[in-house]
Amino acid sequence: MPAGATYDCIATTTLTSNQSSVTFSSISGSYTDLVYVIYNKTGGINTAVRFNSDSGTNYSLTQLYGNGSAAASLRSTNVTYGIAGVIGNDSTVVGHIMNYSNTTTNKTLIGRGGAAGDTYLDAFVTLWRSTSAITSVTFYQGSDAGTWGSGSTFTLYGIKAA
Amino acid sequence: MALTYEAIATTTVGSGGASSIDFQSIPSTYTNLSILVSARGSSYDGTSTNQLFLRFNNNSSSYSTRQISAATGSVGSGTNPYGVTSAIWCGEMPSVNQTASTFGNTLIYIPNYTSSNNKSLSVDNVSETNGTADYTFSVALTAGLWSNTSVIDRITLYCKYTLDGTFQQYTTATLYGIKNTV
Repeated sequence: MPAGATYDCIATTTLTSNQSSVTFSSISGSYTDLVYVIYNKTGGINTAVRFNSDSGTNYSLTQLYGNGSAAASLRSTNVTYGIAGVIGNDSTVVGHIMNYSNTTTNKTLIGRGGAAGDTYLDAFVTLWRSTSAITSVTFYQGSDAGTWGSGSTFTLYGIKAA
Repeated sequence: MALTYEAIATTTVGSGGASSIDFQSIPSTYTNLSILVSARGSSYDGTSTNQLFLRFNNNSSSYSTRQISAATGSVGSGTNPYGVTSAIWCGEMPSVNQTASTFGNTLIYIPNYTSSNNKSLSVDNVSETNGTADYTFSVALTAGLWSNTSVIDRITLYCKYTLDGTFQQYTTATLYGIKNTV
């Protein structure tokens, strides 16, 4: 029988003013996986992500998306941001980063996003080609070109495998 | 307060690799099951990703899979990938021929696994290797069905559509139980 909680809330924030990015830093390495949940209040198309403030061309991504009448895919390699979900007004993104704290494997993010009211829904993957443990995660609206609106919420959970 | 989400068992593949990942004697005390997999497989065809498959209770019949995926320049959808009906396709994983130290992620959700109904499951799967050729990446959404009313007490994961591939070292899989009682 496992002791203690398996699924912990690590940090949460609700914006009271517009911000260009949101960062979870000093993330404990005591979990196995991370889960993030974002509620986007206004605007945007895609959520971009960086790990450990890495701005190098160390990211690649694949996105499967639809707009309610057609489905398509997007692919990028050797880029400076990962993708963390499609957004729009009153939209939600959920992403899962497995084995984030090991120093053995590159880091892979899997997730779903959707803005049923006005844009798209998607399933996506981001690869960060680094075996470093993830200690910070930064979310941007649309490759750092957008602004997260007041009222948007960001929550980070840790999941333990034992 | 009772725990709602509990880790039941976890596996990390060692240096010798593993022909399967097997969760046995699963207790019937939960409502739903979830499996989180980070996997890398042996070679499939020398360049492409390899496949992840699942069986319940060591049973080899009565499975069906429906999927939508992106692994080339276009989006595809179909049933029973690779013509397999003896297990459920759970997507793709990087193979040893692809970018080193890179693993695919799979989220498997199995609701009501102890019910007397047929068993359905939902799978989200991704494989990203920074490759540009077809089948060096994949995003897949899968709906699976095991047309069997037995309680699930065993889940086995396999690599490759022939179910005889090898999971590589550092592949991990964790089984979680979820309760719906407050």
